[in-house]
Amino acid sequence: MLKSLKMLTAMFALVAITFASTAVYAADSKKPIRIPVHNWSSQVVMAYVIGGIFESIGNNVEYVPADSQAVYESIRQGDVDISHEVWESAFGSSFDAARDAGGLLDWGDHDARTLEDMGYPNWVADLCPGLPDWTALKNPDCAANFVTPDSGGKGRWLEGPQTWHQDLMPQRLEALGLDDLWMVKFAGGADALWAELDAAKKENRGTIIFNWTPNFTDGAGFTFIDFPPFYDGCRPEDGGDGACGSPDGYLKKAVNENFPNTHPDAAAIFKNMSFTTGHIGAMAALVDVDGMTHEDAAAAWLADNESVWKAF
Amino acid sequence: MEFINKHPKLFQWLLLLLTFFGLIFAIDVPEGYKFIRAEAEHVIVEGQSTYSFLGISVSYTYFNFLWRLPPWLGWFPIWINDVLYFFLNDWWKIDFWDSDLGDYRTRPFMLHVTRFISSTLLFFIEFIREIFIGGVKTVVAFTSWDWIDANPWAEFRGIPWTIVTAGAAILGYKLAGRGLAIFAAVTMIYISVFGQWEPSMQTLSFILVAAPVSFILGLSLGVWAYKSKKVETALSPILMVMQTMPQYAYLVPVMVLFGIGDHAGAIATIVVATPPMILLTVLGLRAVSPEIIDAGKMSGCNDFQLMLKVLIPTAKRDILIGVNQVIMVCLSMAVISSFIGAKGLGWNLLLALNRLNIGAALEAGVCITLIAVILDKLSLAWANKQTDYFTNLNFFQRYKYGLIFAGTVIIGLILAYFGSFYFKEGFNYLFEVPHNKGISNEDFWNRGVDWIWDTFFYPLKVFNTWLIVDVLQPMRAAFLRMPVVATFVLVMGAGYIIGGLRSALIVGGFTLFIALTEWWDRALVTAYMATCGVIVSSIIGVTVGTVCSQNNYSSKFILGVCDTFQTFPSFVYLIPVMMLFGVTDTAVLIAVVVYATIPATRYTVEGLRSIPPSLHDAAAMSGVTALQRLIKIDFPLAFPHIMLGINQTVVFALFMVIIGAFIGTEDLGQYILKALSDRQGAGKGLILGICVAFIGLIVDNLIRTYAEKRKKELGFN
Repeated sequence: MLKSLKMLTAMFALVAITFASTAVYAADSKKPIRIPVHNWSSQVVMAYVIGGIFESIGNNVEYVPADSQAVYESIRQGDVDISHEVWESAFGSSFDAARDAGGLLDWGDHDARTLEDMGYPNWVADLCPGLPDWTALKNPDCAANFVTPDSGGKGRWLEGPQTWHQDLMPQRLEALGLDDLWMVKFAGGADALWAELDAAKKENRGTIIFNWTPNFTDGAGFTFIDFPPFYDGCRPEDGGDGACGSPDGYLKKAVNENFPNTHPDAAAIFKNMSFTTGHIGAMAALVDVDGMTHEDAAAAWLADNESVWKAF
Repeated sequence: MEFINKHPKLFQWLLLLLTFFGLIFAIDVPEGYKFIRAEAEHVIVEGQSTYSFLGISVSYTYFNFLWRLPPWLGWFPIWINDVLYFFLNDWWKIDFWDSDLGDYRTRPFMLHVTRFISSTLLFFIEFIREIFIGGVKTVVAFTSWDWIDANPWAEFRGIPWTIVTAGAAILGYKLAGRGLAIFAAVTMIYISVFGQWEPSMQTLSFILVAAPVSFILGLSLGVWAYKSKKVETALSPILMVMQTMPQYAYLVPVMVLFGIGDHAGAIATIVVATPPMILLTVLGLRAVSPEIIDAGKMSGCNDFQLMLKVLIPTAKRDILIGVNQVIMVCLSMAVISSFIGAKGLGWNLLLALNRLNIGAALEAGVCITLIAVILDKLSLAWANKQTDYFTNLNFFQRYKYGLIFAGTVIIGLILAYFGSFYFKEGFNYLFEVPHNKGISNEDFWNRGVDWIWDTFFYPLKVFNTWLIVDVLQPMRAAFLRMPVVATFVLVMGAGYIIGGLRSALIVGGFTLFIALTEWWDRALVTAYMATCGVIVSSIIGVTVGTVCSQNNYSSKFILGVCDTFQTFPSFVYLIPVMMLFGVTDTAVLIAVVVYATIPATRYTVEGLRSIPPSLHDAAAMSGVTALQRLIKIDFPLAFPHIMLGINQTVVFALFMVIIGAFIGTEDLGQYILKALSDRQGAGKGLILGICVAFIGLIVDNLIRTYAEKRKKELGFN
């Protein structure tokens, strides 16, 4: 017992010494770059793709499962080094808060533009003449096609979990004066949305769900509803009434403030790195449509698109 | 009058119900009341009242206080959060040397402490992990990343799976003989052949750290509580809340304090796994008879010896149950802890579910269960093994197993070495079967799920619609329609009838806490779903338990089924249920029933099996039929134990209702989930968790008091 205690103390001491040991780096530190992994396909594949690119220039990488909102605080604290998919509509406010608190840097945008909003699979257009314009939703006959047993006689919007945008959609319904005809149900995760899409397709019934692009549904016929355009300050948390759709959003990259100092080469590459909607959709489709594992999909993408990523 | 005197309790209950319903009908829903809305968070609401406490302003809409109480505790979660934020960001900043930057940085003291704990735990996790699957972090901990980059030879490749498998089998044989050896070998081969080796070893390494830490922590705190009355009084309410708190609620505070990664997952696991260990240690030590302690003292033991050599060995049985609990909890946390960064099977399972790939999720789930079973069996066998003090053994006899293992290591290495020549495509199957090259029955399961979906979709839809429209929606509306005063009358009245004034005040206090938060409506929804779940689970559980307990084999079988379902990650059946029933309360309810039926069944079987045979003989002599015996003797005697099972069912149902947030609910669970990404999440998540725990404790207090009384009446101790 005592012996093992002594050993433990020795180990602690050694660990402590290691942390204290000094070294000044001119080139990239060999310390692994910690890349967060979230729970949707394109993000996971892109994490492995970026990891692959970093490894190709001799860096070490490590993947850390993380919550997609909480990750910005983690980057700020230095528990994670980078984030490669900051979606404006969903994570914009978490990102801004962490950046303003200090410790997190804005590291440029991808070419891809993003949209995260309510929408419908294409066959639904017949149920509700006038779509994709949002005013079509004012028609009670339209709403009646979207009633479910538990929606209290109103049409149902299936929104993602409340983690994603809090009360944005209920507020929007209210602000647009649609709350007499429509209600919002929060799903528990992306899986619930895809399951609803499958079930609606099977029954050929109406459904309005939250979705985003670039995503694997891009190729499967999915249309977003045209809400009144977004402008700065139209959302309730910014003092507006909430009667607007989601922004044509950025897809940003973020890094911990020390990352450019410890890994200058990788940071430079990461700054140049820019994926397009097509790239991201392809990465997601390798997993969601072709059924590959995330690592395999990343390897396949890297092999097929060498000209794209070598240019960074 | 005579009827009342004969059945005073029945009359009291009737009176209580009458008052309860009277209040419901007497108090109308105030005009403009919107159900399930946390006003304080909603931005556009006019005509709100505001108050300020400790510098935190809370705004809310005032309603008749008989209908809903104002959120006078609304400041509490925000205050907790502010305090935490202060400690983590502003309190006592200390300079330290950052070797990566080559410069000094300042960091608050608390972060130094938490990050030190984190890095220590992480070191041990990585150390064990790298033994199994290789890596450089342990070496790096003693050298540096640059050194390892310059000296690639020092990278440890891990040990081949063949050696780990043989090692597990040898260990099993040494501890419990051939049966366990075969089981261990088959399990490990299964994991390897299905290509789950790497995630399984990641999960295993994290449990091999979390479980011993929980065990040691639980044992020491338990011993301390046994020795000091003060400590016990301080600990016991905390432990009660912790045991009924949904595991999910710990994630946010842990994440805020310790960051994300395997260490954070391990810490959350330790927090959840320690309370049962403490309780069982205290229980075991208390049960040691004074004669044994006296004997120990007479032999001249000092305090320390008395504890280690006399008390703990004597209390072994209960402490062992504690070990078993710790392991079960650790594995049940495998999935939940992956929300804050634990790698391994749990994370793979979540990713698979997110793609609706149930087959892949099931494979990961099976591996989690297998690891749980094998760890459980090995630890039990180890603890049950008697030390042999007498036989005189020579060197070979004594170190037989060590030598055999050394032999297998050599054989395994040779095999792996030859394997590297034989397998040309870059994968050495004798070293590790890669994740995408193993056998997979993923397609089989996916096709099975698809078939069920295709075949039963429409019939289930009819059932689903009926259940929602005719049962669940009215139930939900009824719960929400309850004025707060009526709830208090019902809960405190029940407390008074069952346990007198004391019980009434305790349950009233719990209710008051929830009623003063801004989440009362959501708590009612949680209560509604848990109630539905508990009713259905209890009926199924007690029935199945009764049928199975009639026979030795079926009893054993059903207890085994209970064990399996308890370790099988409940997340796996969330998705099939959701595909069949949509994002509805039905789906959540069915998931709840699958999980919450376990304790109801288990306790029924145990209760009915533990009736003394002499009573059965006496009954047989009086000439009762089997049915009469069941109704007149077995049930009344087993009833207190079955009630404790129902108590557990309530806790299980609450856990699952909270996890139901992953299907989509509007209750406290959805808010706990939301707290993960909320800037004030740590405080909110904690208070929400406490609300859930209090719902559980209200029921716990009522049932336990009742069961204790009943036991006394029946003459049990």
